[in-house]
Amino acid sequence: MSVLVVSEQAGGAWHGMSFETIAAGAEAAAALGCPLQVAVLGSGVAGLAAEAAAKRVSEVVVIDDPALAAYTPDGFAAAVRQAVEQLNPTLVLFPHTYQVRDFAPKLTAGLGKAFLSDAVGIAVDDGKLVFVRRLFQGKLNADVTPAGDAPYFASIQSGVFRADALPDGGAPAPVRNLDVVIDPAQIRTRPEAPFQEAKGAVDLTAAEIIVSVGRGIKDPENIPLAVELAQALGGELAASRPICDNGWLPLERQVGSSGQTVSPNLYLALGISGAIQHVVGMKGAKTIVAINKDEGAPIFEIADYGIVADLFEVVPALIAALKE
Amino acid sequence: MNIFVCLKQVGARDSALRIAVDRKWVEDEDLNFEMNEPDAFALEEGLRLKEKHGGEVVAVSAGPARAASTIREALAKGADRGILIEDDRFAQADALCIARALAAAVGREAHDLVLTGLQSDDFGFGQTGVIMAELLNLPHATIVMQVQAEDGGLRVKRELEAGWFQNVSMPLPALLTIQSGINKVRYATLMGIKRARKKPLVTHTAGELGIDMAASQTVRRLYLPHKTKQTQFITGSGKEAAAALLEKLKFEARAL
Ligand SMILES: Cc1cc2nc3c(=O)[nH]c(=O)nc-3n(C[C@H](O)[C@H](O)[C@H](O)COP(=O)(O)OP(=O)(O)OC[C@H]3O[C@@H](n4cnc5c(N)ncnc54)[C@H](O)[C@@H]3O)c2cc1C
Ligand SMILES: Nc1ncnc2c1ncn2[C@@H]1O[C@H](COP(=O)(O)O)[C@@H](O)[C@H]1O
Repeated sequence: MSVLVVSEQAGGAWHGMSFETIAAGAEAAAALGCPLQVAVLGSGVAGLAAEAAAKRVSEVVVIDDPALAAYTPDGFAAAVRQAVEQLNPTLVLFPHTYQVRDFAPKLTAGLGKAFLSDAVGIAVDDGKLVFVRRLFQGKLNADVTPAGDAPYFASIQSGVFRADALPDGGAPAPVRNLDVVIDPAQIRTRPEAPFQEAKGAVDLTAAEIIVSVGRGIKDPENIPLAVELAQALGGELAASRPICDNGWLPLERQVGSSGQTVSPNLYLALGISGAIQHVVGMKGAKTIVAINKDEGAPIFEIADYGIVADLFEVVPALIAALKE
Repeated sequence: MNIFVCLKQVGARDSALRIAVDRKWVEDEDLNFEMNEPDAFALEEGLRLKEKHGGEVVAVSAGPARAASTIREALAKGADRGILIEDDRFAQADALCIARALAAAVGREAHDLVLTGLQSDDFGFGQTGVIMAELLNLPHATIVMQVQAEDGGLRVKRELEAGWFQNVSMPLPALLTIQSGINKVRYATLMGIKRARKKPLVTHTAGELGIDMAASQTVRRLYLPHKTKQTQFITGSGKEAAAALLEKLKFEARAL
């Protein structure tokens, strides 16, 4: 019995969510009263394994294979499956990254198991694991239980557990190499090197004040209203994903997990619901203001100031007051 | 190319959400239903690939009888035929159960490409497509932003985190999960809506396809999320709220 955290790295650098997930694993292991194991996968990852072993964990297992140098869903699902079969953990935790979204459901389906994806909480109730998931784009929470026997599989949402809550462990934890067999012929996809699209002129990360528009702006004809507010405040204009998807504003103004991560002094969210993929890109703002006509919008969970109203009434009034 | 596009019918974004009495779901009567947003992009991508490479587009959904309207919408936009796997339990079923049903329906026909959205707006599992790929033994790629068919295979552009992308190639048949924004979706024309009425829409029951309906994960209880920050709510008319907000931003938060 153990909790196994499958960490993520790319090219020898940690994914930021790895240690958040190890912190989640530490809490779960304490609740279940069992050891915490951390798996490090890749090619040439001994250095990272040593870093993980410096934390307060029971053991670090290393799956080092040239077939894992570049990420592929076939290779990673096969490797983690063999690790699970050898280690027989009670609970397997992943960070809810794009990579995990890509291979974990394949792994769990192959085992006929549920995958409790994007969990924001784990509890043990009467000996049973209960996960908290967010439904309806974050508007409602659900307590969810997996059926059947261990191992159980879940991934942890970004920003829920704190990486710095994880103490260093004194003497380093033991590090063990796991032998897995990955037949290169099993790998059906051919990945190329990751790249970034040519960068535009807009650097939102330097902005002190950001006015950000979401789908509540309704129509591209209303974008100038937000531009006017941004100008009156001396700030930059940004947007949620659907606005950029629709081509109402260029992609370089998108904030969120697939856009820019910003931490201005002031972030004004106009008609943005506050889906997690947006929030991860702006929750570091010092002061957050949300104007949204739905008092149940998740953006109000992180806003310092909230106005539950029609943005088309409040924004013109703000512009007028600023111009006075 | 025989293309299957999986479409989920979900509660519309602006529907009022009222937790049902048994606290396991929301009151269905309060909801308007619509096609899950990324699925509309998946459908559009399927239609474009068909227009370029020939073949047919089949719209597939697992859901209660009402999900037929989402399939009809796809037929009106240009899909050739539809398959509904009908069972009321699909409305609250988990990703493994739904993927089993969809894979059973797709697996009994010749398929070159299966497209799904990357995530549903209601349950948000973000898994159904990948599970189907495993059940159908297909190579897959997720969060796809561009699809090119080349040399009997595919080269697709995957979105990675923080503005990064990656191209991946794979042989056909394959499965892709499509990200919103990959294309500009078309509207159904009046002509299309008229034609859709004559297009075939086959209904199977879960029983006919021999689907294992056992839940692999179960919602115990739904509730409103707890707030992590103390939000100060500002009330009043637009003008009053604007003035009060600026006051607070200047003197309390010192953000201006
Ligand atoms: C893998 C993945 C990556 C993603 N990456 C990103 C990303 O980088 N950035 C991002 O933003 N999203 C991203 N998303 C999408 C995200 O999940 C949400 O769908 C998106 O953020 C919603 O945008 P929105 O809040 O503008 O729209 P909606 O969710 O539709 O919200 C609109 C809001 O406007 C309010 N409103 C409507 N009319 C008015 C009015 N007149 N006055 C005031 N308020 C009004 C409504 O109450 C509602 O809350 C990603 C999703 C996935 C699955
Ligand atoms: N009941 C369903 N019927 C048809 N397609 C579905 C269904 N549920 C999920 N899907 C597809 O799977 C994708 C991912 O859904 P999910 O795994 O629930 O986030 C959706 O975007 C749909 O394309």
